[in-house]
Amino acid sequence: MATVTESAPAAAAPPDTTDVPRGIDPGLAREDKVFFVAARTVGIVVLAIMGSIGVFLGYQSIPTLSRYGASFFTESQWQPENDVLGISAVLVGTFTVALVALVIAFPLALTSAIYISEYATSRVKRLLVSVIDLMAAVPSIIWGLWGFFLLQPKAIHAAHWLHTHVGWLPFFNVDTDPDSASWAQSRYAASAFIAGIAVSMMVLPMAAAVMIHVFGQAPIGEREAALGLGSTRWGMVRTVVLPFGRGGIIGGSMLSLGRALGETIAVVLIISPAFDIKFRPLEVGTNTVAALIAGRFGEATSSQLSALLTAGFVLFIITLIINTLAAMIVARSRSGAQE
Amino acid sequence: MTEAGLVSPPSFEITSPLSRMAPTTTVRALQVPQSSSISVREIDREAPYDRAAHHGAGQLEARDVSAWFGSNKVLERVNLTMPANAVTALIGPSGCGKSTFLRVLNRMHELVPSAQLAGEVMLDNQDIYAPGTRITETRKRIGMVFQKPNPFPTMSLADNVTAGLKLNGIKVAKGDREALIERSLTRAGLWKEVKDRLKEPGGALSGGQQQRLCIARSLAIEPEVLLMDEPCSALDPTSTRRVEETIMEIKQQVTVVIVTHNMQQAARVSQKCAFFLAEMGTPGGIVEAGDTAQIFNDPRDPRTNDYVNGRFG
Repeated sequence: MATVTESAPAAAAPPDTTDVPRGIDPGLAREDKVFFVAARTVGIVVLAIMGSIGVFLGYQSIPTLSRYGASFFTESQWQPENDVLGISAVLVGTFTVALVALVIAFPLALTSAIYISEYATSRVKRLLVSVIDLMAAVPSIIWGLWGFFLLQPKAIHAAHWLHTHVGWLPFFNVDTDPDSASWAQSRYAASAFIAGIAVSMMVLPMAAAVMIHVFGQAPIGEREAALGLGSTRWGMVRTVVLPFGRGGIIGGSMLSLGRALGETIAVVLIISPAFDIKFRPLEVGTNTVAALIAGRFGEATSSQLSALLTAGFVLFIITLIINTLAAMIVARSRSGAQE
Repeated sequence: MTEAGLVSPPSFEITSPLSRMAPTTTVRALQVPQSSSISVREIDREAPYDRAAHHGAGQLEARDVSAWFGSNKVLERVNLTMPANAVTALIGPSGCGKSTFLRVLNRMHELVPSAQLAGEVMLDNQDIYAPGTRITETRKRIGMVFQKPNPFPTMSLADNVTAGLKLNGIKVAKGDREALIERSLTRAGLWKEVKDRLKEPGGALSGGQQQRLCIARSLAIEPEVLLMDEPCSALDPTSTRRVEETIMEIKQQVTVVIVTHNMQQAARVSQKCAFFLAEMGTPGGIVEAGDTAQIFNDPRDPRTNDYVNGRFG
C-alpha cells in the first residue's frame, strides 16, 4: 500500500481493507499476572456463589410453582395442611414494613449525613461517623428486642395518635374505635409500623454512610465557588452538594430498601403473624416473606420446604432487581462516574 | 523573614518576656500563635452586617496580616494597600504565601479548620474581620476567581451567571435578568461566543471560556473587589490574552488583586505590584511593593531584581 508520504491522493482512494488491528500483548510483569489471575479467580468465585444461590432456589421452586402455578402469587393464605398457600399477603406485608422503615430512615439519614459531612467540626464528625458504624454493628436480634420491649409500649401511643388525627386516610386507619374511653391498645401492637421502626434503625446506618461518602466527594472547587459568591453554607449545600450527591441519595436509599425487604429476626420478634392483604400498617398483625420462612422453616415437610424456598426465591429476585437498579443509579450519577 | 525585619524587630517582641532573655532571632524561631503576643482573632461567623454605603470599586488595605495553618506560620505581618480602580499583582515563587494572603482578603482562609490569622483587612476603612461583620456580605463585596475554572457544571450558562444572585437571595425581574446576563458576559468578554447557547451546561465550554464564565458570574453580583488566584495558569495563550483584556477592562468598575506566576502578565495587567518571598522555612512576607513599573525596572531590593529578571534560585 501507499506510504504516508504519498497521502495527497489517498483521500480519494477507497479505504484500505488489507490492514487489521493487531493483537496487543498487555506486557504484564509476572507479579501483575499473578495478581490479575488471583483477583479474577476470587471475583469469579463470588459471582459463582451468588449464581448458585439463585440456581438452587430456582430449582427448589419448580415443584411448588408447577403445583400451584399463578395462584402462588395471588393466594393470601398460607395453609399447607389444607393445600392452600400463596405469598400475596406476605409480599404486601414485606413491602409495607420496608416502606415504613424507609419513610422513617430516609429523612433521618439525609439530615444526619448533611450535618456530619457539612456542618460538624472534624472531632464531632469522627465521633458521629463511629456512632453510625456502631449502629450498623448492632445485631438485628438486639434491634428486635429493643423494638419489642422498649419501643412498642411507646409506639402504640404514637400509632393511636396517628389513627385519631389522620385516621381518615385509609393508610392510617385501624379497625377499632380510637375515641372510646379505654382504647384497645392491643389493636395497635405487633404491627408493621412498629416492625418498620425497628427495621429503619437497621437500614439508617447504611443509607447515611453512602450519603456521607458521596457528599464528601462534592468538588471543593464548586463549594468554594458558591461560598466565594457570598453563599451561606446551606445555600452551598443546596446548589453544590445535594445536586452532586443525588445519585448517592437515591442509591443509598434503594440499598436500604433492599436490606429492609430481607430483614428477618427483628420482624419475627415484633409482629404477630397475619395473612390478610391489608394496607393498614398501624394495625396489629402482618407478615413478611423473611419472617414467614423463619417461622415455618423448623417444622416444614419437604413440600412445605419447597414452598418456603419459592417464597425466598421471589424475595431474592426482588432484592436483586432493587440492588442492581441502585447500583446503576449510583454509577450513572456524577458522583459515581468520577471514580 | 526579610533582613530589614531582623534589624528592626516588631514591637510585640520587645514586650515579650522571652525577648529580654534571648536574642530576637531565637524568639522568632519559637514563635507560635499561642505564645506570641499577637492576638489571634476569634472569627465571628454569625453577626449581622452593618450596611455601609458601598458603590463601585473599593480600596483594600491589609494591616499587619499574619496567618497560620495549625502552628505553622505562613504569613508574617503583611502590610499592603490595594488602591481602588487599579490592578494589584502579587508575585513570588511557589509557597511564599501569596495565595494564602489572597484568601485572607475575602475570608476564604478560615475554611480550613486549623487556619488562624492576625491583623486587619480594611475594605473602605472597615475591617472585614470586625465582630458584627457578616461573612456572606464580605464575600459578596469581595469576589474571587480561582485557579481552576469552577463553573457549576450542571447549571446552564445563564444560570451560572445569575447563581450569585440566587445564592444571595436577590430577586431580579425577568427582563432585568436577561440584561444582567448580557452585561456580565460582555464585561467578561464572553458574550459574543456564547450568546446563542445560553441554555447549554456550564461544563460544556472550553477551559478559557469557563474561566471567563466564572469572571462573569463574579461580576454579576457587582463586587467592589475581585480577587484572582492564578486565573490563567490552566489556560492556553489565546485564552490567557482574552482574560487579560478582560482584567484591564473591568478595573474601571472594580478593584482587582491578581496572584500570578507569570511575570509578563504581572507587567502587562497591573499598576501596583507586591513581591512575596518566604526564605528557608520562615513565614512568607512582602519584600517589596510599589508601582509595577518601578518593581520591574528599578527594584530596590536585590532579591526582587533577581526574581523579576528570572535569576532566582
